[in-house]
Amino acid sequence: MNAPAPIADLLVAQTPDWHAPPEIRVGIDLVQVSRIAESLEQFGERFMARLFTPGEIAYANREPTLAAERFAARFAAKEAAIKALRLSDVDEAIDWRHIEVLRTTSGACDLVLHPQVARRAGRCSLSVSLSHEGDFATAVVVAQFAPLSTTPTIDLKVTP
Amino acid sequence: MSDTVASKIRRILKDHGRLSKDVETLTDASDLYQAGMTSHASVNVMLALEGEFDVEFPDAMLKRSVFESIAAMATAIEELTKK
Repeated sequence: MNAPAPIADLLVAQTPDWHAPPEIRVGIDLVQVSRIAESLEQFGERFMARLFTPGEIAYANREPTLAAERFAARFAAKEAAIKALRLSDVDEAIDWRHIEVLRTTSGACDLVLHPQVARRAGRCSLSVSLSHEGDFATAVVVAQFAPLSTTPTIDLKVTP
Repeated sequence: MSDTVASKIRRILKDHGRLSKDVETLTDASDLYQAGMTSHASVNVMLALEGEFDVEFPDAMLKRSVFESIAAMATAIEELTKK
């Protein structure tokens, strides 16, 4: 039979790992482009205005033939962010316009949280990747959170 | 709850909810997300409800629990039409 673990080892095992890397969470979403096109046809401006910022709407509508897939990819990004940030864990209102996809001059996309959502998300940095092929658009969001604490919370004492 | 409100909500769910089950098999309390309603479908349902009942859902009501069942939506509609 193994000897019982020394008390100090037990305490260490129960202590939060203060050397742990920052927490990373991922969110993904898949959207059917033709369904977004249907929504745009049925609800038009109201659909756009509820979900997207003026900047997102202007970019998507710049190329009318690509508008549905651009809106689809952006909606996927917002949903992926909601998953990565676990915003649905709490039953609070979520305004999709407060999660915004911004294109950089190189064509890459960044995700920007408006203050209302940023407060709920906590200290984190976000990366987003969008893709579409045929009738589907997808987005992946990676959220990296700052470690909660860098100091041990239990004072270790070895019991003789 | 008014039957008329609930029956209109059922018709809207049939048209926009994209549920994996027949709406008529669900009770007013059934969880619509469990029945396959996606976030995108819930937006379409909300916009169709706004058109049907001539109301506007304020941002504060855009939460999961407001759209999770026929009963929850009926309560929200009744609240909005009182104003």
